Amino acid sequence: MGYIKINQDKINDKIVEQLKKICPFDAFVYQDAYLSINAACKLCKLCVNKGPSGICEYIEEEKTFIDKEKYQGITVYIEQRENKAHPVAWELIGKAKSLAKVTKEPVYAIVIGEAVDSIANKALEYGVDKVFVYQDDLYKDFNVELYTNILIDYKTRMNPNIILFGGTPEGRSFAPRVAARLKTGLTADCTSLDIKPNGDLIQVRPAFGGNIMAKIHTPNHRPQLATARYKIFNASNKEKPHGKIIKMDSSGISKDTSIKLLSSENKPKVKDISDAEIIIAVGRAFKKKKDLELIEPLIKKLNAEVACTRPLIENGWFDPRRQIGLSGRTVKPKLIINLGISGAVQFIEGMKDSEIIITVNNDISNKLFSISHYSIAGDIYEVIPELNKLLAKII
Amino acid sequence: MKIVTCIKQVPASSNVEVDPVTGVLIRDSNNAKLNPYDLYALEASFSIKEKNPNATITAITMGPPNAKSVLKEALYMGTDEAVLVTDRRFAGADVLATSYTLSQLIKLIGEVDIIICGKQTTDGDTAQVGPEIAEFLGVPHIPYVIEILEILDDKIVVKSTYDTHDEINEIKLPCLLTIEKSNLTPRLPSYKRKIKMKNYQIDTVTLDQLNDKNPKHYGLNGSPTQVEEIFPPSNEMKSKFIEGNKETLAHELYKILDENKFL
Repeated sequence: MGYIKINQDKINDKIVEQLKKICPFDAFVYQDAYLSINAACKLCKLCVNKGPSGICEYIEEEKTFIDKEKYQGITVYIEQRENKAHPVAWELIGKAKSLAKVTKEPVYAIVIGEAVDSIANKALEYGVDKVFVYQDDLYKDFNVELYTNILIDYKTRMNPNIILFGGTPEGRSFAPRVAARLKTGLTADCTSLDIKPNGDLIQVRPAFGGNIMAKIHTPNHRPQLATARYKIFNASNKEKPHGKIIKMDSSGISKDTSIKLLSSENKPKVKDISDAEIIIAVGRAFKKKKDLELIEPLIKKLNAEVACTRPLIENGWFDPRRQIGLSGRTVKPKLIINLGISGAVQFIEGMKDSEIIITVNNDISNKLFSISHYSIAGDIYEVIPELNKLLAKII
Repeated sequence: MKIVTCIKQVPASSNVEVDPVTGVLIRDSNNAKLNPYDLYALEASFSIKEKNPNATITAITMGPPNAKSVLKEALYMGTDEAVLVTDRRFAGADVLATSYTLSQLIKLIGEVDIIICGKQTTDGDTAQVGPEIAEFLGVPHIPYVIEILEILDDKIVVKSTYDTHDEINEIKLPCLLTIEKSNLTPRLPSYKRKIKMKNYQIDTVTLDQLNDKNPKHYGLNGSPTQVEEIFPPSNEMKSKFIEGNKETLAHELYKILDENKFL
């Protein structure tokens, strides 16, 4: 809530150069001896905090303060398909419980569907205080319009402080719809969540398209909405259920929709890399698709699953379900071998919790080395064929 | 039929980093490019136009003045119009404020039948702006569309893809689609079109031309989420660094796998 004021009196060429150098977004425009900031500015305030002193000043504007006490409860939206819950919900409940310890708030879950009693019971086993169930034949399949209406009904009745969604394809379509209707903040694909005693959610995620993490908060809006990918957090421990199931009356909620689901077809199951114990991840250093044959012996010997980085998906070499990273899968295998991967932060966030990380790369400045247990400085085109010779010797 | 395609300029490289000592961002270049997913959004727009020759396609983007370069790319690929919405007061916009600004621009363009977005951008990676625009416009949306099956006067039928399943939905117009990478190969900007559009002036819209002129609804002021701090990703890991000739490296790798009982 504010803007950056430039003290024009002190501007000279040297200062302009310093500021231009410090601004990561190229937002300074110097014309006719007047320095201005254009729309590229992201208000990162680096020019204020790290720039030449007395030039840029952050002017705080009046804020509308909300009564945070009025918003209580951390709610997890349980995504279901064919009356089965997506397991990311149990992880979000685990996180919600640890956040609630700080603020002494209740933990709630909400589930929408046609026959979701067993899901509601399961949520109780994971230790939520209340599960709100909206059940109707019309709610059998996810419909973004109908489901949004329900969340608005829920918000109106319960005034939750926080609503967490799984960062699944459905969650990433649903949560923004709810956020825009409520005109509140939504932070996608958080890699860490924490909470202040006043209930402000501290959301961490990679930002600005680089190797940068940002700590994001929603200081003056409630509820606070966030998504987190599957396998980012640990599933909640099961406990003796103490919570209650609350059946919600949906008769007053609009059931008009402009979307008609004509057909839905399950994809053939591929082994999900999220559950793999041993993964060989390949990156852009592989020049041709055919070169992937190099890793065949290793795949066989380790009984590994192959995963890849986003550029290889863009090349069309792999099914997108084999991509590791924030826009792909998060993995926590016992062993991951990274071959020829530069290690963008999005990739690293998707695999950094693996038990043993081995990285082979001839570029010693690659980002993966710093998070690997074993960093092997070598060219994959040299090391792998040599390794294959060794592997060929064992039966 | 009127189509609006939302595109974005993104950094060409992800080599932006935070200096762990000073906290200053270090970039290795200023190169910007068109968000790769938007190529598919544009291609999907062209495929609709091929079936409906009377359709017009307007590419829009929000960003600083130099974001015009991605609009030019869209024009050279085949859009009929291009509009930039830019204002200093848009600075610091989060997903909500960005979506609101774009929805205001789309309202200004008026009588739009289909709004098309890429699945997500490669810088923000949130995939949220499309659905939020749809909500602000009060129109339905379908994400991850891989095929447009049928276009009728008041509705379209599209196939979209999720992790576990594919869906075919019929959706009333006006609506918003986000486009997933598919078998469509995005076309390249054409030299012929570049010549043809040589004198085309990209329309620039500022806050004062939008219907809602309240600056509190835009930029940082209109953003519920705020960046409190930026920092480099943590790397506390103690790594065993192994170097040598290829035989040594392969031997070491073999030894690690063997010692950890993976072989």
